Amino acid sequence: MREEQPIVAVTPNTLVGEVKTLCDQGWRLVQIGVTSLGELFEVNYSFDRDQHFLNLRLQIPAAGASLPSISGLYWCAFLYENEIHDLFDVTFDGLALDFKGTLYKTAQPFPFANRARAGVSTTVVQPV
Amino acid sequence: MSLFSMTGLVMKWLLRKPYTSRYPFEPRQPLPGSRGTLVVSLTDCTYCSLCAKRCPTQAIEVNRAAKHWNIDRLRCITCNCCVETCPKKCLSMQTAHGIPTVTKDREVFA
Amino acid sequence: MATRTVIPFGPQHPVLPEPIHLDLVVEDEKVVEAIPSIGFIHRGLERLVEKKDFTEFVFVAERICGICSFIHSQSYCQGIETIMGLEVPRRAHYLRTIWGELSRIHSHLLWLGLMADGMGFESLFMHAWRVRERVLNIIESTTGGRVIFGSCKVGGVRRDIDEPAMQSLLAALVETERETREIVQVFLNDSTVKHRLCGVGKLSREDAYKLGCVGPTLRASGWAQDTRKLGYAAFYELTFQPITRTEGDCYARVAVRCDEIFQSIDLIRQAAAKIPAGEIAVKVVGNPNGEYFVRTEQPRGEVIYYLKGNGTKNLQRFRVRTPTFANIPALVKTLQGCNLADVPLLILTIDPCISCTER
Repeated sequence: MREEQPIVAVTPNTLVGEVKTLCDQGWRLVQIGVTSLGELFEVNYSFDRDQHFLNLRLQIPAAGASLPSISGLYWCAFLYENEIHDLFDVTFDGLALDFKGTLYKTAQPFPFANRARAGVSTTVVQPV
Repeated sequence: MSLFSMTGLVMKWLLRKPYTSRYPFEPRQPLPGSRGTLVVSLTDCTYCSLCAKRCPTQAIEVNRAAKHWNIDRLRCITCNCCVETCPKKCLSMQTAHGIPTVTKDREVFA
Repeated sequence: MATRTVIPFGPQHPVLPEPIHLDLVVEDEKVVEAIPSIGFIHRGLERLVEKKDFTEFVFVAERICGICSFIHSQSYCQGIETIMGLEVPRRAHYLRTIWGELSRIHSHLLWLGLMADGMGFESLFMHAWRVRERVLNIIESTTGGRVIFGSCKVGGVRRDIDEPAMQSLLAALVETERETREIVQVFLNDSTVKHRLCGVGKLSREDAYKLGCVGPTLRASGWAQDTRKLGYAAFYELTFQPITRTEGDCYARVAVRCDEIFQSIDLIRQAAAKIPAGEIAVKVVGNPNGEYFVRTEQPRGEVIYYLKGNGTKNLQRFRVRTPTFANIPALVKTLQGCNLADVPLLILTIDPCISCTER
């Protein structure tokens, strides 16, 4: 059974305004996720109210992108935004609690970002 | 406010045999239907390699030309996929756990 | 002004089931601030979709977490089935529901044991896990594995529960219910337990909603929010109401989870009575092309899966937001102002499952 999952397109400039409207209407933040589409990143903000599901989606360039943080409106967003910064190298302006890249300490910095993807090796590590 | 709500439980179990079993002196009887270890009997094997292709962890290695069949026991997650796929029914799952091993080598059957 | 000290908590700590690190800023005995730090068990599982094809990935999804493993595989399979438009047989839906609720019972009993252990109540911890053993035996005899079930696949389930097995499952549940009532009455009535839990870690109703809490943590603060009410799997044919409490403290969260065990036993009985005969799986043809968000209710709360396929046998994106990830901001908020001695219990009340959090 397929649930209705409307997706509203936003831009980085209109993002905070849209999120403020949803916050005032009583929607709760469910998750913030990023999908890599080659040259672009697709950032998806999911909200829920009374079992209704809504997404705000925007696209930003993959290299050196920055977005306004919504942690002023939804404090819990700090965790999602820090994770996205550590994995995808997207900077967020105005983070309520900024870990400055130390949330996930990975061997390769920004492991999910495109430049890491270009050099992904396909050799499978053999057990010794 | 109840100060002795646990007493009933404690007294009941004080007078009973302990629930914990004396493993390893009494080995645990596995339940029927449990997935313990893979049992291999290659008498009818045609080396079609379907089991190796379906294995999600690449634990099974089959070489059709050289007629080799080996399995890395430590990679096997006993998912039962190979047992379901084998057309000649050479593979089966037994309920008892495999014996612990101290080396990381493949178990060669052919 | 009192001097502030920073005390590091974790990642190795006797009460923690999994590694999480918190820097606690304390003034004398009161915690003023807590800064969480996760990432100790990050395995990058989201990128593994590029290597494993979508039917094999169920096994990886199951192993994101040991305690909530079945519902991970169920959510993954539901997502792929919705994207591909597969019609899963009703019997498979019922079997998944039964195993999902068994998974919830075992998870809550495990957690109750950990709560007792966190308080130092070792004997109650052992009794809770003793009751859990019977549930694990039911799971082992029906699926083959005690913790990692391996019974869900894209298109349905891999094993059936026939009539004799269902009867012995229900008989074992009668025993489990009786034994659970014995330990739950200690959790809810014992004066030492109440002394440790009542009034500790209060999360107000507004805070719980604004901070994005999910699951029993949210329901203990008065919100009747349960993702099972969306009606996935067989839940659209079963009747139940979300269990809520209004106090919002640790005691309320313990009480919500205790009541949920009995609710799950009741749901299994309803499902066993209504389960239809029929097939247990459909054949999967083709590759997934499209995207979908799956929302299901894990023992710890709402889990959301984002799956995107592009027509090849490897998915393009696999994103999981697990309930503990959503509960960590609430944890940080409840820790502010608590006593240092209450910190382990507060961390345990959100039921932290850190391997889910940082797949």
